[in-house]
Amino acid sequence: MKVVPVGRARSYLPEFAVLVTLVAAPIALPYLGFSTDLLTRVLNWGLIGLGFDILFGLTGLLSFGQAAFYGVGGFVTAYLLVSGALNSVWLALAAGTAAAGFAGLVVGWLAVRRIGIYFTMITLAFGQMAYFMENSPLSDYTGGENGIPGVPVPVLGFGEHAIRISAGLPMYTLFAVIFFAGYVLARRIVGSPVGAVLLAIKENTGRVAMLGHNVPAYKLTAFVIAALYAGLAGGLLGSFQSYMPPDAFALETSGQLVVQTIVGGAGTLVGPLVGAAVWMWLRDNLQLVPGLATLWKLVLGLAFIVLVIGLRRGICGEIAHWWSERRNYAALRAAEAATQAIEATGERIVKPSVRRARDVMLPLPSPAIGASDIALDVRALARHYGGLKAVDGVSFKVMRGSIHAVIGPNGAGKSTLFKMLLDEISPSSGDVLLFGAKVTGSGVSHAAQFGIAKSNQLNQLFPNLSVRQNLRIAALGRRRGPLRLDLLRPADSLPEVEEQVGSVLALLDLVGRADTPAHILAYGEKRRLEIGMALATSPNVLLLDEPLAGMSPAERAATCALIRDIARACTIVIVEHDLDAIFELAERITVLYEGRLLADGSPEEIRRNQRVQDAYLGGLHAHESA
Amino acid sequence: MPSWPALLSQAFNGLALGALLALVSSGLTIILGTLGVLNFAHGALFAVGAYAVFVILQYTQSFVLALVIGCGFMLLLGFLLERIIIRLFYNRPHEDQILVTYGVGIVLVECIRAAFGGNAQRVPTPSWGQGATQLGFLIYPTYRLQLIAIIAMLLLSLYLVLYRTSMGLVVRAGIENPGMVGILGINLRRTFLLVFAIGVVAVGLAGMLYAPVVAVTPDMGANFMAQSFVVIVLGGLGSFPGAVIGGLIAGEIISLTSAFNSSYSEVMLYALMALLLVLRPQGLFGSEGRV
Repeated sequence: MKVVPVGRARSYLPEFAVLVTLVAAPIALPYLGFSTDLLTRVLNWGLIGLGFDILFGLTGLLSFGQAAFYGVGGFVTAYLLVSGALNSVWLALAAGTAAAGFAGLVVGWLAVRRIGIYFTMITLAFGQMAYFMENSPLSDYTGGENGIPGVPVPVLGFGEHAIRISAGLPMYTLFAVIFFAGYVLARRIVGSPVGAVLLAIKENTGRVAMLGHNVPAYKLTAFVIAALYAGLAGGLLGSFQSYMPPDAFALETSGQLVVQTIVGGAGTLVGPLVGAAVWMWLRDNLQLVPGLATLWKLVLGLAFIVLVIGLRRGICGEIAHWWSERRNYAALRAAEAATQAIEATGERIVKPSVRRARDVMLPLPSPAIGASDIALDVRALARHYGGLKAVDGVSFKVMRGSIHAVIGPNGAGKSTLFKMLLDEISPSSGDVLLFGAKVTGSGVSHAAQFGIAKSNQLNQLFPNLSVRQNLRIAALGRRRGPLRLDLLRPADSLPEVEEQVGSVLALLDLVGRADTPAHILAYGEKRRLEIGMALATSPNVLLLDEPLAGMSPAERAATCALIRDIARACTIVIVEHDLDAIFELAERITVLYEGRLLADGSPEEIRRNQRVQDAYLGGLHAHESA
Repeated sequence: MPSWPALLSQAFNGLALGALLALVSSGLTIILGTLGVLNFAHGALFAVGAYAVFVILQYTQSFVLALVIGCGFMLLLGFLLERIIIRLFYNRPHEDQILVTYGVGIVLVECIRAAFGGNAQRVPTPSWGQGATQLGFLIYPTYRLQLIAIIAMLLLSLYLVLYRTSMGLVVRAGIENPGMVGILGINLRRTFLLVFAIGVVAVGLAGMLYAPVVAVTPDMGANFMAQSFVVIVLGGLGSFPGAVIGGLIAGEIISLTSAFNSSYSEVMLYALMALLLVLRPQGLFGSEGRV
């Protein structure tokens, strides 16, 4: 913890570098062919890019419709000023930005329901829609193909002392100040809990929902942030060139933004600015070279393809990657070496003698609903896929504080049942009650907020985040609720969450690996982290889906001990193929066979049950059902 | 309220535009359905087709011959693109596929611009398509009628290839479950190559056939691409019948709206898409699971 102040001091380095660059640019760059106006234009693109990078670089949502918000911001600002509705450029800018944000809210509300190519196509289509709206139905206000000429420049101060911010260096200064403020704000957002969740969404959207975060709402937040930045930039554009051009709305504009971001480096915030500088420089300077005048965009297109194929990080991304590799080289190599050592020696690293029963402290309050002794009440749960009845009317009860196992041969419906317990799959009929409250039908992130967490059969980690960050996303889930827009506070500034992360790290024996990226961990460690993430949400009921799969005997023993430790803090439901482990761990066992409940009882009863023995020894009476 | 003949004439325009969109979109949708790649170079390939016919017509005087040679050229271009670039992206995120095909689109458009300049070129209507045809109470340009017929035949042959040949069976199986087709020992990579090339030929043909009707410019494809995205969202991603019917619906919406108020025609199209995304996100012919 002593390291934190040093880290904080170092973390202002990017802000400082950007500030120095902004001050030095108009002095140094004209010699390289950047006029002051060109630099101002670059800053304008960089400003949209800040928002776009939060949407694309951070959250991983590729929008081809940013032109819509750029245009809305620009035209609303320009119309308010030119029509005389507002006299203050600042107020008009605020109004234009707000209008763009509102447009972002509407479009985003539709778009975030879809993922991948669907999302991209929807944003593109709405971009086109905005373009055509500007062009004809709204042309009385927007001037259609002519745009809005005569947009005034901003004025600082009042009355006689007012300073008009004229073209050239004053305008550059204004843009630089706004860009810098926007950059500092964007850095804060990236470093906030919201930023952490957005990054996790890019890494593994499904898991973020399972941890209780309202994924669509967070995506919408990123979308609106991007729209606000675009709207502000659009408003400034009209003022800068005293003319609001209709091609702000064009598909070309959205495309140019995407290309600039990739070239400069997505996920770096300044990437779009650098990409814009490259684009503008090529356009203005290659045109001066005889024979290359029309080829500048071809050169850019080819470079873009090469970047996408080979150097996906872009200019700033590659530099940042090289920098962090160099700085963390020793730590990373040491982490990889540790992983190899664990995987090579395997059994020796886990010393059973070191493991002892621990008190599991889950500092977060468990909002147990009601005082019932029944933690989970599963009522006639069924899931049909066409004619296939994967789960067919299964009922059982899980007692509070017990370890309850669900077993059955392959295809018995265990995984489907498990997914229905936390509403990952919605059942065809029946429901699940947690301490008497209905869970079914509200979705997986609600189930997590109710207090049902699951560790998955296949690891669902955030591979590029550190172990600590993985656990933090989990601990933030129930602590902050499904959605909270604390955009300005640092992600690691919630003491209860950090305490929770610390205690789970200790419980998992991963303290030494806290800052190692999850993908570097050894297999057994990844499995432990998978369980730990579910645990870090402070669940009332913890579902473990095959926690022992693929483990060595020593790892199994260690994990069983861990499960027993956890069981003293919360109720556990476990699906596992390792029956020896189950009979040792479980206090009650439910047996499924071909989608139906076969038996439910104590391990002793199940062990003696003739039907269970038959089921495991190959089919009930040579196919009773089916 | 426009007069009935005007409305009917617009309905015919809608049919012609719809047929064209159906051809463009079916190329887009079979590539998407089979390869999983959303081809952002589709608009550029439309323009490449139009310029191909423009160039070839200067050497041969026959429009039909130009179409045939043009198809060969598009097929070759499709093979090259798949082999050199698209192939590298099958296992990469959708975003990367979109980005790289967008880059290919830029390069193709800029190549055209470098070779022919940015000004509009004109492709003459073929000799057999000149003039207008009397259709009862409506006089309609002959070439547009022929356009509808030719595209109908092309779509029919594409249907036959997809639904009546063993390759088509593999393609459709690949849309359903690419992994399983691979397990069955069928070389999907070769099918991918062919499907991509067929998709490129389809959109190229659309560009060639449309060239005599419009001004041929390097950027002519951009709007078609955006519209064909709407079409495949309407029809359901990867669905061939969906693309055809979605194309016709889109064409009619644009044309019929412009009979009432031309300024709303495109806006209506995108508004419909927004509505559909709320009410039926999987499209008219798509199944829920594929979204």
